[in-house]
Amino acid sequence: MIKINNLHKSFGKNQILKGLDLQISKGGIIAILGPNGSGKTTLIKAILGMVLPESGTILIDEHNIKKGSSYREQIDYLPQLANFPNNLKLKELLRMIKDLRSRESSKDQELINLFELTPYLNKKLGHLSGGTRQKVNLVLALMYDSPLIILDEPTSGLDPVSLLHLKELLLQEKQAGKTILLSSHITSFVEEMADELVFLLEGKIYFQGSIEQLKQQSKQSNFERAIASILEQ
Amino acid sequence: MFKIIKYSFYDLMRSRWSYAYLLFYLLLSFVLLFLNSELSKAIITLMNVITVLVPLIGTIFGIMYYYDSREFTQLLLAQPVKRTTIFIGQYLGVAISLSMSLLIGMGIPFIIYGLFGSSVIWDFSLLLVTGVFLTFIFTALSFYIGLCNENKIKGFGYAILLWLFMAVIFDGLLLLSLVYFNDYPLDKFALVSSMLNPIDLSRILILLKLDISALLGYTGAVFQKFFGTSFGLILSLLTLLLWVLVPMWGIKRKAKRKDF
Repeated sequence: MIKINNLHKSFGKNQILKGLDLQISKGGIIAILGPNGSGKTTLIKAILGMVLPESGTILIDEHNIKKGSSYREQIDYLPQLANFPNNLKLKELLRMIKDLRSRESSKDQELINLFELTPYLNKKLGHLSGGTRQKVNLVLALMYDSPLIILDEPTSGLDPVSLLHLKELLLQEKQAGKTILLSSHITSFVEEMADELVFLLEGKIYFQGSIEQLKQQSKQSNFERAIASILEQ
Repeated sequence: MFKIIKYSFYDLMRSRWSYAYLLFYLLLSFVLLFLNSELSKAIITLMNVITVLVPLIGTIFGIMYYYDSREFTQLLLAQPVKRTTIFIGQYLGVAISLSMSLLIGMGIPFIIYGLFGSSVIWDFSLLLVTGVFLTFIFTALSFYIGLCNENKIKGFGYAILLWLFMAVIFDGLLLLSLVYFNDYPLDKFALVSSMLNPIDLSRILILLKLDISALLGYTGAVFQKFFGTSFGLILSLLTLLLWVLVPMWGIKRKAKRKDF
């Protein structure tokens, strides 16, 4: 599904990605972990073509992402910060995204009901609270049936009920055979959801495998401690 | 492209500031027309407003809109839309909505006061055309500055400085150099340097069209000889167009190479 080869990226003097290689096969939930500033968001943005790497190639389904923007039809993305044009109403924003992608969504109504956003449909986006914005963000990210879903910190600002809904939704998508790439700092969320871990450290992949393998490698029985032990090394 | 323009335009049409801007022009034009009820005199006063205020509003709106919509731009960047489409689309959305405020705000009062029956309709049209050009030019410049500066305060500062330079400092420098090099023939130099500043260019264009170039003294005669001809008019309009296209090209170039 995703093939990344020798990816380099720096911002000014600050080298973020230093020759990163990564292969992700189709299907399942893959969690990207790593300390703050390890390049998780940079990696995600590079896949989306928002950050332009200095060198290296990114192939998505054998398609080099440098060649045109149409490959993004196949990707749903949830950005870390949810901010929308303040003067648009929620209803209009949804219509606009559908219009831009020139595709009708089959699931938007279902998602709106699930996250209880119906009362906000006619409200201006500038008046929504942070948590509600995140829900809107989720609806936008999940309303299409794209084979690749990329979520940057999907849990931030969500109340427990919505978090539960999110988990169910992700499991459904996984069952439908989709590839879900997510970054999160909430270890319990990752432990519960992820089939595969990608651990970023100092601009490279430090570890890739299942949670069990990580525990074995670090000789810890507890997932949280396993992560901590990597960071302390 | 059209879709992005449409939505940026809607977004702005709904903001209070667009209406404040529209209302300002409505009020200004009505008051001016009420006070001297002669269209041509009102046009001269409006020219002074247009050549200073329109660039300022274009600059501020452009830079504010760019920074305000950054997160939203990120959402758009993840959609299957080309980068240049997003930025040029947003730019055109802002520029078109500002131009609409200008056209409507000044158009309605003048039409009510009998513009169509009057002889100054062409002068007035030229005033509007340069106003629209200035809106497009300064919005593009401020978008470009926004793209080049991640830091909001810096970007804002540069944009305002640019406006200040074009509206005030440039004239001062020009005047100084004209006085300093007084002994040399300066007509060509004055002509070319006025081309280098869209605000000056617009002001001269309107002044000459209004046939008050006598106010400009000797240089007025030179300018009249050049700008008064249709060749001069066309060349000036082309220069203004170039002033729109060059920053737009800059936006395109910058947008292609930027990380978000």
